[in-house]
Amino acid sequence: MLLTRFMHSDRGGSILLGLLLLAAILVPLLNLAVPESSPLHLPTYTVTLMGKYLCYALLALALDLVWGYCGILSLGHGAFFALGGYAMGMHLMRQVGDRGVYGNPELPDFMVFLNWQELPWYWYGFDMFWFAVLMVLLIPGLLAFVFGWFAFRSRVTGVYLSIMTQALTFALMLAFFRNEMGFGGNNGLTDFKDILGFSLQADSTRIGLFLASVIALAGGYLACRFIVNSKFGRVIVAIRDAETRTRFVGYQVERYKLWLFVFSAVLAGIAGALYVPQVGIINPGEFAPLNSIELAIWVAVGGRGTLYGAAAGALLVNYAKTYLTAAMPEVWLFALGALFVLVTILLPKGIIGLLQRRREGSA
Amino acid sequence: MARSSAQYFIRYPAGAGTNPWLRLLGLLLLLVTACNPLQAQDFSTAVQTLDTKSFSAKEEAISALVETGGDRTLTVLQAMLEGNLHSRNEDGLVVILDDRGGERRIYDAAQGNDLGTVGARETRKIGINNSLRTALRGAIARLNLGSPDATVRLAAVQAMFSELEPRLKPLLQEALAREEDGKVRDLLTTAIAISDLENDDTALQLEAIEILDDSILPEARNRLAVLAEQADSPRLREAAHQALKNIEFRLQLYALAETIFFGMSLGSVLLLAAIGLAITFGVMGVINMAHGELIMLGAYTTYLVQLAMPNHLEWSMLVAVPAAFLVSGAFGVAIERSVIRFLYGRPLETLLATFGISLILQQLVRSAISAQNVTVANPGWMSGSLEINAVLSITYNRLYIVIFALLVFVALLAILKKTTLGLQVRAVAQNRPMARAMGIRSEWVDAMTFGLGSGIAGVAGVALSQITNVGPNMGQAYIIDSFMVVVFGGVANLWGTLVGAFTLGIANKFLEPYSGAVLAKILILVFIILFIQKRPRGLFPQKGRMAEN
Repeated sequence: MLLTRFMHSDRGGSILLGLLLLAAILVPLLNLAVPESSPLHLPTYTVTLMGKYLCYALLALALDLVWGYCGILSLGHGAFFALGGYAMGMHLMRQVGDRGVYGNPELPDFMVFLNWQELPWYWYGFDMFWFAVLMVLLIPGLLAFVFGWFAFRSRVTGVYLSIMTQALTFALMLAFFRNEMGFGGNNGLTDFKDILGFSLQADSTRIGLFLASVIALAGGYLACRFIVNSKFGRVIVAIRDAETRTRFVGYQVERYKLWLFVFSAVLAGIAGALYVPQVGIINPGEFAPLNSIELAIWVAVGGRGTLYGAAAGALLVNYAKTYLTAAMPEVWLFALGALFVLVTILLPKGIIGLLQRRREGSA
Repeated sequence: MARSSAQYFIRYPAGAGTNPWLRLLGLLLLLVTACNPLQAQDFSTAVQTLDTKSFSAKEEAISALVETGGDRTLTVLQAMLEGNLHSRNEDGLVVILDDRGGERRIYDAAQGNDLGTVGARETRKIGINNSLRTALRGAIARLNLGSPDATVRLAAVQAMFSELEPRLKPLLQEALAREEDGKVRDLLTTAIAISDLENDDTALQLEAIEILDDSILPEARNRLAVLAEQADSPRLREAAHQALKNIEFRLQLYALAETIFFGMSLGSVLLLAAIGLAITFGVMGVINMAHGELIMLGAYTTYLVQLAMPNHLEWSMLVAVPAAFLVSGAFGVAIERSVIRFLYGRPLETLLATFGISLILQQLVRSAISAQNVTVANPGWMSGSLEINAVLSITYNRLYIVIFALLVFVALLAILKKTTLGLQVRAVAQNRPMARAMGIRSEWVDAMTFGLGSGIAGVAGVALSQITNVGPNMGQAYIIDSFMVVVFGGVANLWGTLVGAFTLGIANKFLEPYSGAVLAKILILVFIILFIQKRPRGLFPQKGRMAEN
């Protein structure tokens, strides 16, 4: 079978998928079936936190696809993540209906507060779930397409591209901070009530969202693996290693890069869409350049160009962040800064690279 | 009487009392007035008539008071304007109240004698209304026209502007005849012309319009606008229209000049922030994301220098510039030696590593000094503004920063083009193996180049500390803008950085009125993204084989 053949060739991926399967079985059991008094009970807070990490892992996967396999260090993937999140947030906002503070059945609270009379045209359709899901895929994909089309066509590469993508997310952050944009300005979108009719506060909904994140990560991983193993993927790696040569051989480098970039952005958008109902808020802070660059370090810590390494790095760094920001808030930025420096100098292939080296050394 | 003349000068505005010559003048004045007891009596009576319920009677009393020419007139009128003129309940004597020292001390308004302290209910304020306030201001202005201090006279003419009418013309002409100061003369001429506008004589009016053609004062504009609408003679209306048009044109011109200056000011800030980056990014190909933090360190150095020499604030800038250069430069060399040298040829990793350094530096400042913004003082010579005319004024700190940015630019250009270090830097940038073969210690050159770029960032920090908040996050605000300037101007070309910085700065300020500050920034970013399409290597690309990789 296709899957078994695949499992043999990809050890790290098998471990990741196995762990995800284990989590998908154990987490609902420990949260819902085990009584709260038991020491084995998993609090809902932890379930949500883990769901959040899984979204980050999916985002890291998206970046690893373009950075690890095609050498495009995008510092704007946080923007695609946030756009997906905003699309989902808009749907959840419409679902609130007349249960908001002002009780307006049509307008979200912040619009009533700003004295808006009617819904802006770009909010139409978001009351339907299928439309919102379509937008989650379409908006980040479209932005990536337009940006990538301009950037790759004129052969903007390397650090130039990184800086342009950073400028892109910075510009979007400034734009979304404006109240006139109609996305809630500074406060963003929050106070969601339910999704598809299920209350967001209920434990079972949280478990459902967690499982959705597990499925999205597993599916995203398999899709990425499929892409990099395909002929398309071989060309992508060739572009990373010798762009000019690949072009001279006759491949249309720009197209390969563009479609990879668009797919990666869509993946990031899905991660954002799953992230928002779990954390319950989306605001322009998600566009901050710092977020996108932090994302790059998750991938670097895990190990570039391995896919499962990126996911592992995201889980690891975010667990460390949650722990350190609570225990020693001052130390976190020092630790993160040191991580940037040490990983780039000492661990160019990340933790996965380290493990591989040890295995090869012992073998 | 001696007391009264002293009071006169203490009460005199603009600190005239401190000038010994004026004291002498006061003494002479005293002699003159002392010989004239009759006048003094008139003056007392006139002061006393101010104490009446009717506002129109008060207005007449004010005119009468001015007519007497008593030397305490100004003091009394000013006290009245400030609401300090009271009448004592027991005998109705008009007094001046001074409650600044915490106690209510009163002085005889006519003579200035100290009458001791009183309770709150023992005096009654002599009230004024808006029309009286206008009358008082006019009267005070007219009195001030005779002041020996040119700035007082200038202010006096300005204060009269709102109530100019033909009746005042003789007064102004008299003042003009006496006047020697050029600025005051110009203003007086304008004032006379404005008062002529309402004359019945059309010839005089036309002449006045011609004079006002040059003026940009809002009052002249308003009066001309009224005339252009309401004048009876069509010829007059036409002339007023023409003059108005000229004035509008000139005002637009000044507004344009102001926008360009604001743009240059922003451009010079961008230039300072970006020029150090142009060296590390352009010459060495190193992306230094910690550049903003090196700017921040420079600003904090200024803060520390000012803490160390609180009594010599005026000189602190002169100390801070080299100090900041050394501090940021030292940090730069340390960063290069400890991190960047392991990462040459891996620009993406350099970007991430230096970003990590920027986080560490931010947290370092937060832990060592404070997470809050700190206050950096402006030395006296940097505050205030240069008034070019009534509508255009330029703040000194912005002006100095434009000049300073250009000086730094020239200095850096000189270092790169005229010194041995500059020669070696350019050689290494062009062809590292060849430069090494020629005996250049390329590692040392790398460290020095990075130190130079970082030192310039520190110097930029000193300048920025004078116009923005100094806090641990200040560097982040500049990093993206600086990269945009370097990318726009073209790597490895200092002239490109100069042109890029000023272009972006001025474009930003021109867009702001139409789109708002945030949208202007977004538009500029979008513009650069599109610009890169046409010219991927910036305005001034590097030529030759080097540019291909």
